Amino acid sequence: MSNIRVPTALRAYTEGQIEVPTKATTVGGALQELADRYPGLAPHLFGSEGQLRPYVNLFVNDQDVRTLAGVQTPLAEGDKLMILPSVAGG
Amino acid sequence: MIGASQLLERRGLIDQVGNTPLIRLEHVTSHLSDAVQVFGKAEWHNPSGSVKDRAAAEILRQALEAGAIRDGRTLLDSSSGNMGIAYATLGAALRIPIRLVVPGTINPVSKQLLQALGVELEISDPLEGSDGARQVAAELAAQHPDRYFYADQYSNPANWQAHYRTTGPEIVRDTQARLTHFVAGLGTTGTFTGAGRWIKEQVPGASIVAFQPNSPLNGLEGLKHLPTSRIPEIFDPTLPDEILEITTEQAHAMARRLAREEGLLVGASAAAAAVAALIVAERLESGTVVAVFPDSGLKYLDESFWRGP
Repeated sequence: MSNIRVPTALRAYTEGQIEVPTKATTVGGALQELADRYPGLAPHLFGSEGQLRPYVNLFVNDQDVRTLAGVQTPLAEGDKLMILPSVAGG
Repeated sequence: MIGASQLLERRGLIDQVGNTPLIRLEHVTSHLSDAVQVFGKAEWHNPSGSVKDRAAAEILRQALEAGAIRDGRTLLDSSSGNMGIAYATLGAALRIPIRLVVPGTINPVSKQLLQALGVELEISDPLEGSDGARQVAAELAAQHPDRYFYADQYSNPANWQAHYRTTGPEIVRDTQARLTHFVAGLGTTGTFTGAGRWIKEQVPGASIVAFQPNSPLNGLEGLKHLPTSRIPEIFDPTLPDEILEITTEQAHAMARRLAREEGLLVGASAAAAAVAALIVAERLESGTVVAVFPDSGLKYLDESFWRGP
């Protein structure tokens, strides 16, 4: 089991959950599981054709998945997947 | 020890803030009526490269005049990047130490710039975003009231007053009061509130149009999605005639078009401003639309969207 860490800005869509456990074995699988569980979140993560929006920043244990295997990056027991928004405000 | 009045007298760099050019968009507007003009206010012409120099200069000026920065006291604030760079640049020129709390999601180039400018940086939880950084700064200020002047750009009236005093008057002057629509994005909301308020007073017929990202998860650095954010205290909700929602995809496509068709290499928030300005302009038979372009694209060149078609 690994955990998806949800940023403050998205917690309105996850019933306030900060961490959501997942059994998925890849980053993409975990995001799909999250979107299935919280359908209101799906359009923020995925485009109309189901592709992950390119500006969604994803980190596994502090490493940007763009430097790993993208959505194919494997998730192991105890891993933390973070979804990070862009910096807002001034 | 240099006194506040002496600092203000010799404020060379701070006097270079403002009076940025209005640049007419010539090609991405080719489908519009000939009687419609769209201008971007090119805020990267400010000394530190962004619109935030205006707010930083006014916050520093008011704090110096009030004696709030004295005896080696440090200016403390949170920032997502540009405001911090503005504080750091003007603070260096005025020999005022700066401490910033920035979210862990800060753009790497902004972080490098802040380090080069000698700022004391504290990195806050990336999951908590800019509201979390603000919270950490407020706690630091409360713990050490004698050490810091806490500028708090989200609630400091000097933020919007900077734009009421400079950005708004420049736009009215440079359009000879002929603008019909003013467009600005919502971040701290200082630009929109200050310039919008001035324009509303001086050109009562002008429409004041705000825009924000359409989603809390977006790639429009510096802009806030207000429904899921802490609303800045300086925001005046009675001011906007309309609030548009812009997608990151629209802004990224426009950033590429502005670079390739207009020769304007702008950041995603400026590109979003151009998208909003065009949405407004497309409804008009005649009119003059002015949008604020907060910064250039130089800090964001490693982002993948530049490689799109």
